[in-house]
Amino acid sequence: MRVGVVVFPGSNCEYDALGAMNTLGAKAEFVWHSVTDLSGYDAIILPGGFAHGDYLRPGAIARFSPVMAAVERFAAEGGPVLGICNGFQVLTEAGLLPGALQKNIGLTFLCQPTTLVVTSTNSVLTSGATVGQELVIPINHFSGAYTCDDATFASLLEHDQIVLRYKDNPNGSRGDVAGLANERGNVVGLMPHPERAMSTLLGSVDGRVLLESFLTAHVAA
Amino acid sequence: MNYLVIVDVMPRAGIADPEGSTIERALPALGFGGVSNVKAGKSFRLNVEAESEAAALEKAAALAERLLSNPVIEDAFVRLGEVVGS
Repeated sequence: MRVGVVVFPGSNCEYDALGAMNTLGAKAEFVWHSVTDLSGYDAIILPGGFAHGDYLRPGAIARFSPVMAAVERFAAEGGPVLGICNGFQVLTEAGLLPGALQKNIGLTFLCQPTTLVVTSTNSVLTSGATVGQELVIPINHFSGAYTCDDATFASLLEHDQIVLRYKDNPNGSRGDVAGLANERGNVVGLMPHPERAMSTLLGSVDGRVLLESFLTAHVAA
Repeated sequence: MNYLVIVDVMPRAGIADPEGSTIERALPALGFGGVSNVKAGKSFRLNVEAESEAAALEKAAALAERLLSNPVIEDAFVRLGEVVGS
């Protein structure tokens, strides 16, 4: 499985994402943000960091990077797309996922392990997990409070798009949302970092079940 | 003509504004009582080349909606500053 890890100027988790994918047996490589053809890839990851310095808003400039038009086409064709942390912010700014990510409640930068609860297996990230399963995965963000209007939130619930929730909400996210998918389930964004929960040496291996799902998921056309 | 346009981007009503509320909570400790409803936003100043004031504002409103604000959580307000050149 060939995985493209998109690198924007200011990305800083691309090596972790690449390493996690290769550990799981994929063949991952970096894709510079000016690339406009993703046809050689089976899956795409937008990693964490501070794309374009997070100027204006996290993801606001990155969504206009040339690669994003290609990511949009890739997603429209059913290709698996995963946005982690800053990548999640880019996906919401690009309109590939609904809602937005705001500054954490209390204006605190949070860097800590969190317990997540799997609330839907209807996505490429959670298909191999079980509903109710608890996963310890670290967060590392300043703007991770998910927000959306009432109609959007109702639609997320109706279509079973909230895939991961915080057990103990650290950042003020609406509905304890830690990760969500599009209706089709092939585009997923989450604020926690599963690629940093790959080894007992680093505190948790709970990211594996998510990233293994991502690598094996088959999306219904 | 070249028009100075000011774009104010503010959190949409009903959307949490952790920056504004943190500032508001800090004020009484500094002796500033009676200040409420503090909202924190951003202000942009743009020189816009256009045929008329209306056209300059229209252009600014379009770019404010597409880039300067996130319409999911923010409102953008455009207004004219003084003319800075011709």
